[in-house]
Amino acid sequence: MTIQFELNGHLVQANSLPGSTLLEYLRSDEIHSVKHGCDHGECGACTVLLDSRSVNACLILMHTVNGRKIETLESFSTHEELHPLQKDFLHEGAVQCGFCTPGMILSLEALDREGSEIKETNVRDALNGNLCRCTGYVKPVKAALATLQKSSSTGGDS
Amino acid sequence: MKVIGQDTQRVDGEALVRGNAVFADDIKLNNVLHVKILHSPVAHAKILSIDVSRAQALEGVEAVFTHKDFKTHYYTTAGQGYPEPGPRDMRILDSTVRFVGDRVAFVAAETLEIAEEALGLIEVEYDELPTIFDVEEAMTSNISLHSESGKSGIHDAAHNVAAHLDAEIGDIIKTLESSKFVFEGTYSTPFVQMASIEPHISLTWLDENNRLVIRTSTQVPFHVRRIVAEVMDIPVSKIRVIKPRIGGGFGGKQEILNEELVAAVTLKTGRPARIEYTRTEELFAARLRHPELVTFRLGFDKNQILTAIDLNILENCGAYGPHALTVMSVTAQKALSMYKAPSIRVNGDGVYTNLPIGGAYRGYGAPQAFFPLESLMDEAANAMNIDPIELRLKNIFKVGDDIPIAKILGEGREGFPMVLYSTEVAACLKQGRELSGWEQLRSEKQIGRYRRGVGVAVAGQGSGIPGIDMGAAFIKMNEDASFNLQVGATDLGTGSDTALAQIAAEVLGVSVDKIIVYSSDTDMTPFDTGAYASSTTYISGSAVKKAAENCKAMILEQGRLLLDNDKAEIEGTFVVGGDGKQISFEDICTKSFYTDEQKQIMGTASHMSYDSPPPFNATFAEVEVDTLTGTVRVIKIVSVTDAGQIINPRMAEGQIEGGIPQALGMTLSEFMPFDDKGRPINLDFNSYHIYTARDMPELVVRFADSHEPTGPYGAKAVAEIPINAPAPAVTNAVYNAVGVRIKHLPIRPEVILGAMSKNGAN
Repeated sequence: MTIQFELNGHLVQANSLPGSTLLEYLRSDEIHSVKHGCDHGECGACTVLLDSRSVNACLILMHTVNGRKIETLESFSTHEELHPLQKDFLHEGAVQCGFCTPGMILSLEALDREGSEIKETNVRDALNGNLCRCTGYVKPVKAALATLQKSSSTGGDS
Repeated sequence: MKVIGQDTQRVDGEALVRGNAVFADDIKLNNVLHVKILHSPVAHAKILSIDVSRAQALEGVEAVFTHKDFKTHYYTTAGQGYPEPGPRDMRILDSTVRFVGDRVAFVAAETLEIAEEALGLIEVEYDELPTIFDVEEAMTSNISLHSESGKSGIHDAAHNVAAHLDAEIGDIIKTLESSKFVFEGTYSTPFVQMASIEPHISLTWLDENNRLVIRTSTQVPFHVRRIVAEVMDIPVSKIRVIKPRIGGGFGGKQEILNEELVAAVTLKTGRPARIEYTRTEELFAARLRHPELVTFRLGFDKNQILTAIDLNILENCGAYGPHALTVMSVTAQKALSMYKAPSIRVNGDGVYTNLPIGGAYRGYGAPQAFFPLESLMDEAANAMNIDPIELRLKNIFKVGDDIPIAKILGEGREGFPMVLYSTEVAACLKQGRELSGWEQLRSEKQIGRYRRGVGVAVAGQGSGIPGIDMGAAFIKMNEDASFNLQVGATDLGTGSDTALAQIAAEVLGVSVDKIIVYSSDTDMTPFDTGAYASSTTYISGSAVKKAAENCKAMILEQGRLLLDNDKAEIEGTFVVGGDGKQISFEDICTKSFYTDEQKQIMGTASHMSYDSPPPFNATFAEVEVDTLTGTVRVIKIVSVTDAGQIINPRMAEGQIEGGIPQALGMTLSEFMPFDDKGRPINLDFNSYHIYTARDMPELVVRFADSHEPTGPYGAKAVAEIPINAPAPAVTNAVYNAVGVRIKHLPIRPEVILGAMSKNGAN
C-alpha cells in the first residue's frame, strides 16, 4: 500500500509491504542514524520520534505511520550547528562506540518535549529503553542533565 | 605534557553524535545477496542426509551451501597470534553438529525474507548422538566430541580435553601441610554474553580488480584476512579487510564469526553478500564467556602472610575450542600475579561440552580468577580475624618484585620473566577505603528486613600479550603541518584512535586536530595483531610514539638542511637555528614537497614488548539485601584503578564506568540457562537482562597517580581491568550484610534465602 507521512520535515510517499517495519524503511532509505540492534523493541538502537514521542522503529508497522510525523537524528543538526544534546554528549564524553547514541538523544529529546521537570530519575527513566554496553550511562546522564536542565531553566525548547 | 592527560574530544565523536554513516552496515551495496545460517536444533548429531533441492528451487535463492561444498579443513575462529595457541577443531560446515546453534548450512538469497524461507526448506536428517553438558562428566565419558583425525592442537580428544595446563613453583603439598592456616573453596562463574549493541555484521564484494573486500565489525582485521585466506584457499594479496566504526566488541568480535561465509558466497557468485546476526543468534550462536569451576587453596603463616596458592581450573569450552587454552592461562596468570606466595601451583583443563562456544570476553579468564580468589581472601580475612583490606595490603606484589608465574606460563608456550615496575594497588585500596565509607559501614550492626554490607576486592590484568602482540604505525606530514596517522590498531568504540592521536600530537608538538587518524584497513595501514588483551594503548601506542619520533627526527633533519645549520633544534612547531633564523613546520614540509631537498617527511615504527605491566584495581561495593525476598541491590561501587599515566581521563573513566555494569550483569542479572536438551532459554534482551540506566548504582571512579616506565608516556592498559573485581566485591558485601557466602554466579535470591534460613539468620 502507499502511505504518506512527514519524515524529518519533508512529506514522503512510500510503498510498504504488509508487515514491513519503519526500521526497515528508514534503513533502506539510508537514514543511517537509526540502528538495528535486536528486532524486539528491547535495545532502543532504532529509537525515532513519532509525533514527538520516542518509539522503537522496529516495532512500528509502516502502515501505522500514515499521516504522522517521524523525526530521526538526521534532522537535529545542520552542516554548521549541532543540537544542544549532541554538543553536550560530545563535551561530556558520553559517546563511546556511538551505536546507541542516536537513540539516546531521541529519547532525551522526547523527554524534553514532554515539558516535565528534569531530574536525574526522569532522565534515567527516559533512557531505560536505550541499552548501552559501553558507558554505564554515567556520562550520557550527565550530558542529558547538562542540556535539559539548561533548556528547562530558560524555558527554551532546545 | 600538553596533550597527554587531557580530556581531548574524540576524533570520531562528531560523526558518531550526528549518526553519520560510519558503521559496517551504513553503506549501500547494489545487487547484494543476503546470507542466513541454518543452525542446528539439536545438541549433538551426525547429519545423515541433507537435501537442499527445495531451498535451491525457491525463487530468489542464489546459492545454498552445506558441508559437501567444502573440503575438510580444520581451523580455529579465534582471532589470535599465529600459529594459534588453541586447537584447530572446526570446519566451515561440518557433517557433525555439536551444540544447539552449530552451523548446518547457509543460504544466499535476493532478500532476507527469501533466505529465511529457504532455511525452512532445507531437509536435514539427524542421527542424534549422546550429549554431554557437564565438564566433569565430559572428562570421564566415553563420548568424544572431537575424535576425527585431521584436527590438531587438542590436548586429549578421547577425554574431551581441548587444552590443559599445569605449572608449579616450590612444593605446594609440603608448604600447605606446614602452613598455619589453610583455606579452600570452589566457586563458579557462568556463561555470559558480550552483548555489544551492534550485532556481528560482515559485508563482502569484489572490487574493480576482482579482489575480495570484507567490510566487517571486527576487532582483528589482520587475523580476518589471514584466516579467510586460509579457509577459502586464496592468497592474502587477494583480500582487503576494512574495519569501519564498530558498535562495541568486548572480545566478541575477536572472532572470525561469519566473514568466511560471506566470502564463500561472493567468491562463488561474484556478487556482494551481507550477513548480520539477529540478537537471538548473538545470544546462542556467537561466543560467550567460558564458565569456569575453580578451586583455590590458600596457605598462610601465623603472620597472615601467604605461603601457598594452589588452584584447579575446569573450564567449559562448549563445543569448540577457540581461546580454550589462553582463557584458562589468563585465569592462572592473573590469579598468581596478585599476591606473593613462595609456593604456587595450577592445574587446569579446558573441556568440550555440547553447549555454545566459549570465546574472548573482556577480562578473558581474569573475572573467572578473581571471583574465587577474592572471595576466598575475604573468607580467610574473616577466619583469621584481620581486616580484609589489611590482609590484601600484607600480601600484594610490590614494585621490584619478580612475578614468577609469567615466565613459566605464557600464551600457549613458555612466557617471559616479569618484574613489577609500577603498582599503586595499595593506594587504590586506601583511597577506596575512604570513598566507600568502609569503616563506618563495617561497624554498623545490621538488623531488620533490609541489611547493608560493604565488600572489597582487588584485581589485576595485563597490557598486551608479552612477546606476541605487535602493532605498527605510519605517520606522514602534510604542508599545513598536519599529519596522517595510519595504524593497524583497531578502535572498536573504546576511543583508541583518539588516544593514539594524542600520543602522536604530544610527540610532534601539535594539537590533536592536526592528527588525521585512519585505522584498521589491511590495504592502507600497517599490521597490528588487533584490539584485544588490553594491548592498544600500551603496544600500538608505543608504536605510534616511536613512529612520531622518527617523523619528528626527519622534520628536524629537513629543517637543518633548509636552514643550512646542523645545530638547529625544534622549538614548538619551528626549527630554530639560534642565529636568528627559523623555519616553521609548514614551510619545511612545503619546501620538501615542492622546491628544496624534495622528499616526503614520514615516520614508521613497530612495537612489541616482553613486558605486560598489569593495571590494578580496587573495587568497593555497598549492597542492600532484602532478607524477605533474598534480592540484592547494589547501592554504590567505588572503583579505584592504577592504569599508569592516564592518556585521556574522560575516556579512561568511560572504560571503567562501562566495565562495571558488565561485571554487575554477570553477578546479578545476566543468566543463561539451558534445558535438558542443551537448548538455550534466554534468547532476547527481555530475558537476558543487561544493565539499564535505571539499574545502575552510584559509581565513584578514580585513578591512582601512577607511572609505568615501560609504557608510552607512562601508560598501562585500562580496557579490561574494571570488569574483574566487582563480582567478588558484591558477594563479599552480601556476606558482610547477611553472612551468606555466594559461591556460584549469578547471585540468586533463593540461594540467599536458603542459606539464611539454614544459618538461622532470619
